[in-house]
Amino acid sequence: MKWNLLGVAALGLLPLSAVAQKSTAEGIAEYRAMLADGNPAELFEAKGEALWKQARGPKNASLAQCDLGKGPGVVKGAFVELPRYFADTGRVQDLESRLLTCMETLQGFSAEAIAKTPFGRDEQKTLESLVAFISGESRGMKFNLPQSHPQEKLMYAVGKQVFYQRGGPYDFSCASCHGEDNKRVRLQDLPNLTKNPGAGDGFGAWPAYRVSSGDLWGMQRRLNDCYRQQRFPFPGYASDVTIALGVFMGVNGKGGVSTAPALKR
Amino acid sequence: MKKTYKQAGMLALSVLLAGCVTGPSPQDVAQATQKVMKSSFRDQGIAKTAWLQQDASNQACSQAQGAPLDEKLAQSIEQANLQTVKMPSDGKFIGDWREGEKIAQNGRGMTWSDPPGSANGGSCYNCHQISKEELSFGSIGPSLYHYGKLRGVADPAAAASKPIVDYTWRKLWNAKAYNACSGMPRFGHAGILNETQLRHVMALLLDPSSPVNR
Repeated sequence: MKWNLLGVAALGLLPLSAVAQKSTAEGIAEYRAMLADGNPAELFEAKGEALWKQARGPKNASLAQCDLGKGPGVVKGAFVELPRYFADTGRVQDLESRLLTCMETLQGFSAEAIAKTPFGRDEQKTLESLVAFISGESRGMKFNLPQSHPQEKLMYAVGKQVFYQRGGPYDFSCASCHGEDNKRVRLQDLPNLTKNPGAGDGFGAWPAYRVSSGDLWGMQRRLNDCYRQQRFPFPGYASDVTIALGVFMGVNGKGGVSTAPALKR
Repeated sequence: MKKTYKQAGMLALSVLLAGCVTGPSPQDVAQATQKVMKSSFRDQGIAKTAWLQQDASNQACSQAQGAPLDEKLAQSIEQANLQTVKMPSDGKFIGDWREGEKIAQNGRGMTWSDPPGSANGGSCYNCHQISKEELSFGSIGPSLYHYGKLRGVADPAAAASKPIVDYTWRKLWNAKAYNACSGMPRFGHAGILNETQLRHVMALLLDPSSPVNR
């Protein structure tokens, strides 16, 4: 239903004689551009920066010594190189799973408990702001995920297979919607996530502020809702399937410019 | 979390054993993918982890990663899917196109946020152009505008229309009967739409008075 409403609203901005399909998409793009002037994601960025520096949790410590891959405390440029392999945990981690590690080791939170918390509540709310801040510090930088460690290579290959993995009552995979150029669901353009520019544009726009739901979604929540619509069971927060997909999309998007935290419908 | 780390550790070990110089072997990837799929998902509402189990069709099409299947394999998959098709129990193929339009518009059903037992939509407009009036349509599937008209169906009950009527029913019931890796859900086979709903969608596509054919 939302698609319809948005379509009708966008059409209202256009001359009646306009070719409906292309112009509607253009209308939506214009609407986004107008809103981007005051992207509410900025509020989350500011909040996230404060939370990063604030002493919190059972250990009453800040995240200032958190290693996001470029050394303890280095935030700038970290986002465009994630997911990557971390020697201390022995696994490939995306931004959100890495933040769980830091919140557990530095601040004393339970990573497991946060992973089980529904989106938008308690410490999940904290994560929304943190990912907005951290991604914002790499705005305008180009994606350059490392692929030198064998685990990073393996996770790319796993992510590729997961991307094409069909299942559920509808037989859908990620590729059903995101495997080809110039496809739409209703009027929504679908990025081809197997190569650029789609991979860089699509992967590089999340975290994003969602106008339709009025909150900030990290990549984990984005993927979670993709799987819901794919008619799959529920992917765990920061589960390996979501991280593998992050590696696949991020590596495919190499050289693409990060616009996160972006603004989405 | 602990369990995940342990599994990740085992994953790391298997990679080291496989050798660091070359990329992962197809066996490593298949094994790791299986492990990752198994450890990552849980049941939620009506959406069950059992849904991840693949039949021959989904397995082959996943492994192909978008590339065309070997011709023989594709044929055997199509044959197996064709055999699952149940023709309408009362021999009636055509329902009410108005109801069919509602089903085509409705994209709901079978997600973990849908209540159990609710009727599913067909999600048809998500991927197809159908009637000329609906401008909000997707482009993943081909346009179905003038579906019956283009195929010369003037009277769906006529003997001359039988082959296309039968084909359309089978296609809706199990799209993989004609294209092994079709992107279209198997609406009858997977229990997404029931016979009555399928008849209505048939009418939307084939009834000469449906807006699709006007």
